[in-house]
Order: sequence, then C-alpha cells, then structure tokens
Amino acid sequence: MLNLLWLIPLLPLAGALLNIAAGRKLGDPRSGWLATSATLISFLTTVLAYFELLGRQAEKRSHVETLFSWLPVGSLQVDFALLADPLSITMSLFVTGVSTLIHLYAIGYMHGDAKFSKFFIYLNLFVFSMLMLVLGENLLVTFLGWEGVGACSYLLISFWHTRNSAAVAGKKAFVTNRIGDFGVMIAMFLAFSHVGSLSYGAINEAAHAGELAAVSATAIALLLFVGACGKSAQLPLYFWLPDAMEGPTPVSALIHAATMVTSGVFLLTRINPVLHVSYAWVSTTVAVVGAATALFAATIAVSQNDIKRVLAYSTVSQLGLMFLAIGSGAYVAAIFHMVTHAFFKALLFLGSGSVIHGMHHEQDMRKMGALRKVMPITGFTFIIGWLAIAGVPPFAGFWSKDEILLYVFAKSPVLYVVGIVTALLTAYYMTRQVIMVFYGKARWRDHGDEHGAHGDFTPHESPRVMLMPLVVLSVLSVVGGAMQLPFSKDLHFLEHWLAPVVEESEAHIGKTWAYQNKYLLLLLAVAVATAGIVLALAVYAKAKLKVVEPKVLEQAWHYDGAVARVVAGPGAATFNLIAWFDANIVDGIVNGVGQVVRSVAGSLRKAQSGFVRVYALLISIGAVVILGWLLLRGVVL
Amino acid sequence: MMALSLVPTASWYLVLSAVLFGIGTLGVLVRRNPLVMFMCIELMLNAVNLSFVALARELGDINGQTIVFFVMVVAAAEVVVGLGIIVSIMRNRSTLTADDLAGLKG
Amino acid sequence: MNDLSNFFGPAVDWLAISPLLSLLAGALTLLLVGSLTGQWPWRLYAHLTALSAVIAIAISIRLWGDVGTNGARLLIGGALALDQFALFAAIAICLAIALVSYLTSDYLNREGVDLPEIYALYLTAGIGALVMIASNDLVVLFLGLETLGLSLYLLAASNRRQVSSQEAGLKYFILGGFASAFFLYGVALVYGVTGSTRLINLNAALTSYIPVPRNDAVLLIGIGMILIGFAFKVSLVPFQAWTPDVYQGAPTPTTAFVASVGKIAALVALVRVFVVAFPSRSDDWGTIVFVLSALTLVVGSVVAVVQTNVKRMLAYSSISHAGFILVGLEAASHRASANVDDGLVGVAVYVVLYAAMVVGTFGVVTVVTSDQANSDASGSASLDSFKGLAKSQPLLGLAMTVLLLAQAGMPLTSGFVAKFGVIQAAVAVGSYELAVIAMVCAVIAAFVYLRIMVSMWLADPSDSTTVKVPPLSRISIAVAVAVTLVTGFLPSLILDLGSNLAELASK
Repeated sequence: MLNLLWLIPLLPLAGALLNIAAGRKLGDPRSGWLATSATLISFLTTVLAYFELLGRQAEKRSHVETLFSWLPVGSLQVDFALLADPLSITMSLFVTGVSTLIHLYAIGYMHGDAKFSKFFIYLNLFVFSMLMLVLGENLLVTFLGWEGVGACSYLLISFWHTRNSAAVAGKKAFVTNRIGDFGVMIAMFLAFSHVGSLSYGAINEAAHAGELAAVSATAIALLLFVGACGKSAQLPLYFWLPDAMEGPTPVSALIHAATMVTSGVFLLTRINPVLHVSYAWVSTTVAVVGAATALFAATIAVSQNDIKRVLAYSTVSQLGLMFLAIGSGAYVAAIFHMVTHAFFKALLFLGSGSVIHGMHHEQDMRKMGALRKVMPITGFTFIIGWLAIAGVPPFAGFWSKDEILLYVFAKSPVLYVVGIVTALLTAYYMTRQVIMVFYGKARWRDHGDEHGAHGDFTPHESPRVMLMPLVVLSVLSVVGGAMQLPFSKDLHFLEHWLAPVVEESEAHIGKTWAYQNKYLLLLLAVAVATAGIVLALAVYAKAKLKVVEPKVLEQAWHYDGAVARVVAGPGAATFNLIAWFDANIVDGIVNGVGQVVRSVAGSLRKAQSGFVRVYALLISIGAVVILGWLLLRGVVL
Repeated sequence: MMALSLVPTASWYLVLSAVLFGIGTLGVLVRRNPLVMFMCIELMLNAVNLSFVALARELGDINGQTIVFFVMVVAAAEVVVGLGIIVSIMRNRSTLTADDLAGLKG
Repeated sequence: MNDLSNFFGPAVDWLAISPLLSLLAGALTLLLVGSLTGQWPWRLYAHLTALSAVIAIAISIRLWGDVGTNGARLLIGGALALDQFALFAAIAICLAIALVSYLTSDYLNREGVDLPEIYALYLTAGIGALVMIASNDLVVLFLGLETLGLSLYLLAASNRRQVSSQEAGLKYFILGGFASAFFLYGVALVYGVTGSTRLINLNAALTSYIPVPRNDAVLLIGIGMILIGFAFKVSLVPFQAWTPDVYQGAPTPTTAFVASVGKIAALVALVRVFVVAFPSRSDDWGTIVFVLSALTLVVGSVVAVVQTNVKRMLAYSSISHAGFILVGLEAASHRASANVDDGLVGVAVYVVLYAAMVVGTFGVVTVVTSDQANSDASGSASLDSFKGLAKSQPLLGLAMTVLLLAQAGMPLTSGFVAKFGVIQAAVAVGSYELAVIAMVCAVIAAFVYLRIMVSMWLADPSDSTTVKVPPLSRISIAVAVAVTLVTGFLPSLILDLGSNLAELASK
C-alpha cells in the first residue's frame, strides 16, 4: 500500500487537471463535486496508509518511496521521493480531511460565482502542493510544495481581484513569502554543503550522529525559521495574513487557518534533530518570537471589528503558541495544537463565512447581533468553536493549549506568563466576538437598507451543503482532545505515535516542578479562560447577564467599573495604538522597501541617458577601474 | 662617438601604439559626429595593428604579422556596415550628431 | 616555386566543421539565388533558414556521439575545438536560429517586406557564433566575434522605417566597435608576453612562466582588456548601457536573436577562454568576475522593476540573467576546489535553457505588438498592451506565464534547473556571498515578471486589441514552451547530457 503513496498528492492534481479540461462544461455544482471527491479519495487513501503504518512496529514506521531521480547536478543528487512516517501521515490526514470538508462547504459558498470551476482548480492545486510539502522526503520536494502553496495562496487571495484591496493584499503575501522562501533556499544550500544531501533522512541522521557542527546546525535552523516565520505569519513577517482575508472565506479557512500557515511549524518539527544540536539560544529565539507574536496578535484582535480579521489575528496568535511550543521542545504538543487548531479555526472561519453569506457579504460585527435566532446551526457550531479556542474543558483546544503551557512553564516561567495572558485575551476577544455576532440587539435591522432595495432585510441560514462541514468540524472540536489526554501515560496516543520522529529532541520535563504540579496548572488555565470569558461578558453583555445568570452578575458589577475604565480608557488607547502601529508603521516599512528599490533604480536610470558618448564613458570608467586594479596587482607583485 | 641612442626599439612602437589607442578612445568620448567617432575606432584598431607588428618583430614570430591582415579585413567590413547604417540615417535628415539620437533611454 | 610546392595547409576534418558549412550554404543560397530571383513563395526564406539550422543540429548530434566515444579534440591545426561544451551550445544556437527565423517570417510578412537579406544575416551571425564557441585561438575568436557583431548591428538597424531601429543600430555599432578594439588590444598584449594566441599554448606558457613584475602587469592588463571586450558583449554592468536601448529599438524578432544567439556565443567563448587559457591567473580574474557578477545582478534586477516598456524590462532582466551565468564562471575560477567543474556545467546548462526561454518570451512580445494598437510610436510594447492577454488569448497568456515563471526561476520550469545549477556550483566551491546576492536578486527580479503576469491575468483587455497568433510563430513559441516545461519537469534529461560537458578539448 505504501508504494502507492504518490496517489495521495496525485489525486487532487488529477482533480485540478480534469477541471482545467472540463470545468466549464461541468458547470456550477458539478465541477465542485469533482474537486471534492478527488480530495475525499485522497483522504481515504491517507487513512489506508495510516493503518498500514500503524500495523508496523514503532521503529519501522518510515517508508521512502522514490519516484525518480530528479536533479543530478554536479556533486549533488536529489531524488523525487516521498516519505511516509508518523509526522507526514498525521499532517496528510488532517490536511486532506479538513480540505475535503472545506471543498464541500465551498460548493455552497461559491455558488453562483462566475469563476466557480476556476476556484476549485486553485483549491485542488493548493491541496496537491500542500501534500507535496508534507510528504516530501527532501528539502527540495518540500520547497516545491512550499512555492506551490505560496502561488496558490496568492492566486486565491486575489481571486476577487476586481477589488483593489484584494490585488494589493495578494502582492503583499507574495513579497513576504519570498523573503521566507529566501531563508529556506539558503538553508537548503547550507545543508547541501555541510551534509552533502538534501534528504531529511541524511540531514537528521547527520545531526543525530554528531556530524553536523553546532554552528552549521544553528545557521540551518535559523534560516529555516526565517522561512517558517514568513509562511506561518510570525513577527516580523506576520502582516500579510490579516490582509489575506480579502480572499473568499473557504480560502481563509483552508489556507490561512488550517493548513498552509502551519507548514512553518511542520518544517521545524521535521528537522527537529538539527534544532536539537544547534546552540540553545536558537530554541529560545523561536520560543520568544512565538510568545511575542502570540501576545501581540492577541492584543490587536481585541480591537478589531471585522469578523474575519478577528479570526485572522487570532490565527497569528495561535501560531505563535505553536512556535512557543517548539521553542520549548514540546514538538508533540505543537503538532497536537496544530491539529486541534485546524479543527476549531476552520470551524470558526467557515462559521464566519456562513454568517457573511447570510448577511449578504457584510463583515462588520457592529452591524450584526442576535444572529443565533435566524442562524441556529451556524450559531450553535460557532459557539462550540468558541469554547474550544477559549480553552474551556473538555473541548479540544483546552487540552492542547494546556499541554503547551505545561512545557513552556518548564522552559521559563516568564514565557509561561506571556502564554497565560495570551490565553486570557483569547478567551476575552472570542467571547466578545460571539456576543457581538450572535447575541445582543439585532443591529442588522437598522442597516437593512444598506443591503439592497427591499427594506425588510433578514439574514438567512446557509444551505445544507455548508452546514454539514460545520457540524463535522464541531464534533471534531469537541472530541479532538482525546488524541492526547494528560491523565495517564497510556492516554498519550499522539505522543506514542509521533515518538519515532521527535523522541530524541522532545524536552524531558518529567522531573520538573511544572510536571509534578500539572493539575494545578490545569486548574489555573481553566480559571484564566473563565476569567477572560467573564470579563468579556461583563463588558459587552451585562444587560443580558441580568436575566441569565444573576449570581455572576454580582461579581461582574464589581469588575465592571474597573474593567470598563481600563478597557475604555488606557486599554483601548493601547490597543488602538497597536492597531495603528500595525496599519501605519509596519505597512510603511513594507512600502518603504519598495520605495527604496524604486529610488535607487531611478538614480541608476539617470546614467542611461540615451547619449552614446555617456555609454562609452561608462565603458571607459569601468575599464579604468578594472585595469587600474590589475595594474596594482601586477606591480605590487 | 657617443651615439645618441635614438635607435627606436620595440618599446617605442609599443608606446606609440598605446598613445594612438588612447587618442582613439578619447576621440570616441568627446566627438559628436558619428563619422568621426567611427574614425576614432578605426584609429584604435590600427594602433593595435602597430602593436602586433612590433611584437611579432620582437618575438621573431610571423603569426603576429599575419594577424594584422585579419584585422584589416575586419576593419574594412566594419567600414561597410558602419557607413551603411550612417547613410541610411542621413537619408532622413540633413545633419546628424550622435547626441541627436537619444530617443531610447531610461 | 620549390617553397610553394612544399606548402601544406593544416588537415581539415570536414565533417567536424559541417555545422558551419551548413549555415554557410544556407546564407549563400539565400543571397545569391535570392538576389537573382523574385520574391519566393510559401515562406521559403524562413524554411530554408530553418532547414540549414536543423541540418546543423543533426550533424552536431552525430558529432556529439562521436566525441562521446573518441573524446574531445582540436580541429584545423588547433584553431577550433571539438568538444561537448561547444556542441551543446551549437545545438542551442541553431535551434534559436530556426525559431527566430519563423518569428521573423510572420513579422516581415506583416510589414510587407519579406526579403532574404535578414535571413542571410541570421545565418552569418550564426556562423560567427559557432566559430566563437569553438575557437581555440584568440584571433579566430576575434573573427567570430566580428562576424557575429557586424551581422547583429545590421539586424538591429534593419527596420528602416523606424528611427528607433536606426538609433539602436548606430549605438550598437559604435559601442560594439569600441569594445572590440579593447578586446583586440588585450589579445595583442597577451600575445606580446606569451608569444602565442592559441588558448592551449597560452596556458602552457603561463604555467611555466616565471613572473617578471613589468611583464606581469602587461599580461594582467591584456587579460583585463579581453575581459572588458567580453563584458560588453555579455552586457555586464557597467558595460551594459547599450543593452536596453538596442533591445527596445531593434525589431522584436531581432531582439530575440540578440538575446539568445548573441548571449550564448559570448558567454560560452568567455568561459572557454578564461578556463582554458588563464586558469593560472584565476585569482586575479576571479575577483573581477565576482564584482562584475554582483553588480550586474543588482543593477539588472533593480532597474528592471521601474521599467514600463516590456522590451526594456526584459532587457534588464537579461542583464540580471547574465549576472547569474557569471556566478557559474566565478565558481569555475576556484581552481583549488574539487567541485570546480560544476560551474562549467552550470553555465552551459543555463545558457541553453535561457536561450529557449528568451526566444519564447520575445516571440510572445512580437505577436502581441503585431497589433498596431498595442505598439507605441517606436514600435515596442508598453506594459499596458499585455492587459487582459490571458482573457483574449488564453493559450498565448498561458505560454507567456510559463516562460515568465521560468525566467523567475520557479520550480518545475527550466529556469529553476538553470538557477539551481549555478547557485549549487557557487555553494560547492564556497562562494556563499555570491550565492546569497544571486538569490536576493532573484527575489527582486521575480517582482518584474509578476508585474507582467498581473497585467495579463488580472486586468481586463481593452476592446480594440485583436491579437492573432500566426502559424509559424505558433510553432516557435510552442517549441520554446515545450523545452521550458520538459526540462523543468525532467531536468535529468538535460543534466545527464551534461556529464561530460566540463571536458574541454586540449589535444
């Protein structure tokens, strides 16, 4: 079975090709169904591969399938090879699984769009590239996928390119990602010059056997981290992701929440032995960047009013947590959170898409409210997603976040505090969002006339094809935590499964204070999540609380004065300042780089004056410099 | 008699050739008339010819002198091509300096 | 009388030089028969040109096998070299001649001046190029250089209706002659120090030669002037100023020719001269090549960003490509390294793949500008003329996208294989700085191609444009795209060929 590994990426590619050939003929729903079934079959194949691998002994769970010799350049041999091991199969499982659901959803969401079949071509191509990225056996195959997902992401962000903002956002994503790609490319060549191969097996083996010097391992790890920062939207390269929300919502769910943005986390996990043998400050850097991003993005999310931008910043923040985990040596926890995050963040995005769909493309939360009455299923599933991301037990996000924080505490209590504050803010802004969208006053009634001529505008529930994925994802968001429960070693399913890949580098925290008091930390996490939620309730829904939970209200009133002052006064000012910084300084730097290139080019162009004698003078100056230098060398000799 | 040793050695020719080459280069840089610029290039080529002959003599090697014939053929071909281009431009206008042709730039 | 009867010329291996003879026969037929007869029907000028190029390709392939079994060797008393490095480039040059002649045929027929002279000039330029890439003697190289150069000056000026074409021709001519003089002076100085112009003898003389300070300065200046001559032809900064003007002003098919044949010939000859004749001085010229390469990469890609004319944009991009190729030569200057041959292979593969890309790209530009509404007064394409091309002509848009992605170095296109090869060579010999500069510039340059693609795919076409793709151009563009894609997907096809490329003829 594993020698049919190539089928997994090939199926989405075949789907894309079929749609290129016959997509227009198939027309509106059918080309979507074709793409969905291609992804579904790919998912089923992955499941088969998973069971095949599971049937083997732990140390034999690795299979390399070489398709052909790809680049025999000089002293370097690169094969086009795929690798099936616990890590790549885990990634493939959730990539194909979540993609299938999102494809299905998109059939409903994109219904009636003029470029319906084109959209599914891009989606399928994206899934193909993503699978190449995770299944690749060497850096070059991964890089191929890496470039591919970047290109698809660019195409999909500017899918509605008639909007100018969409075209600009697409460009921003392209440029930022190129910076990251550049890091990966240099890392690739460094790995080649120090190991003589690009294969993960060889690189990791060299690191493991101590043949890779700490300094080169450090350089490779740092450069790959630069690449990871670009793809996974970490500081300082995060700014493209919020703008990427210009794309259709299924794209945001698939690419900018569940799959592509996690590829940085994946890459670092893939080369964990290299990270392990590099200098200790590399891990610390990863952890600090992750923590800083997590906190920074969470504070921005608090003051956003666009339903999708809240989720976008939340994604950046959650990715920061994953990097924090990697920097703390918690690879299993990082992958664990990546999977649960894929479930609940895809759910939230698709839910927001359903809201946007029902609201006739309105994204401003200030014009929503009380939507759970008109969109009961969307509302219910969105609330499950909210509980999962806010860290309420027993939902999936609680377990994975807790696992990360446990390791972080062992690494550094300071980072732990940052993590806990992020968790608090997460619970806070997500609660705020849920209240603004689904509870409170139906503010859309006041804005009805903006949505067309008919005055009695009522949002409507989405079609069944869109609701089905929401239901499946909400079930996964509830039970996803069962992969890895903290209560007993026997319940660490994911850890046992990933052990062959990450065992060597995983931090050992068994004897630390944090581990011995893990239930205390668990309780603290619950308390923090609750506090965040209560805080938000107090600020945004106090009128409601009077009716529902009078006991909480008592305390809430106590908070209210203080909290409201902080939030409305200096708090709001801080958050607004950060948002302003994001919009002006960061974007300014990006535009500034372009400006510098332009002005340098402008002055160089002046030399190109059109006069032959000036050109001849340029030649003569060049000649004088070269000959002068040579003369100096000749005489000095 | 203390012969004033003004018997030219090979170096004299080489220096002369370098000077001629320099004059040619300078001419291309400062003149505006395409024909004169073109003549300066011919001067540069002939300066090189002088070098070849002098060096061939110095080395006692016939090859250097045969090279000169090749260069002269090339120079003649350049004249044909160059004059062709210049004449075809002159058809459209009465006077021409190289600075008039600066439409392509940037 | 007695002396003359004792004279024997060097032995001539006629088969080995028959690619040259095939082009020569084509050129003479076109000129002689063409001037005696009236207008030929059925595009016969182009077909004859392509035919002689294809025959030359067939013979080259035959010779390739011969060299593979019998090894590389020298021809005609050591004037020319027969090795796979030269044959590889020769095949690419002939392919470019064939493709460009088809593009030209459509172009000239539209202008209503389909005459044999242009095609004959392509073939004579091709002869010059074939001599250059194989020459084992600096004087023979100079002759090839001038044969190629003079043909190119005329081709650039060949559109007599347009002032810009005339201007391009004159600029190219004056500066080209200027640079040739430098080259020739360099040859004279090197000859003066070593007593020879044969590349092999030069190497022998320089390795056994004990440096005397004054002589050494003369020698180094000679090498420097030869390098300057090449730097002009290859358009390295600061010798590049002619490139954008000529590319923009010349008729577009000619631009394709200059960018492909002119570039390949000069680069391959440059590499051969410096690797075969001056390896003992590689410390000196290696540093200059390093600086030139870095400058060329940076200036080429940065200035390309602000251009609005597509031909000019592509001209600067071709400058930056030259910088890339020089990265391979710089790698080949590290004689001490065991991987020094990687650089040679990288250069050869790059020039060949680049030729296919650039002919295809300018082919599309030719087709697009053939619509009068799309060309400005000087007959060249502004970025606006590509607006919505993907909608009005999806296949043409797709072809252009593939070619531009290849130029940007996207994986799964030939451009990636090419760039990967030279950067890998630089890394293998430890030139990390240059590898990094090259990659940064690749990122900047990617933005240039992106601009054209955005214009093609995301903008709406103006109503007045009616781009039609004539049949012969269609063949040319299709072949170029096919080469780009096939070598992109299966690079081993071309890289396996390249295993003996680094073995240069020396006996």
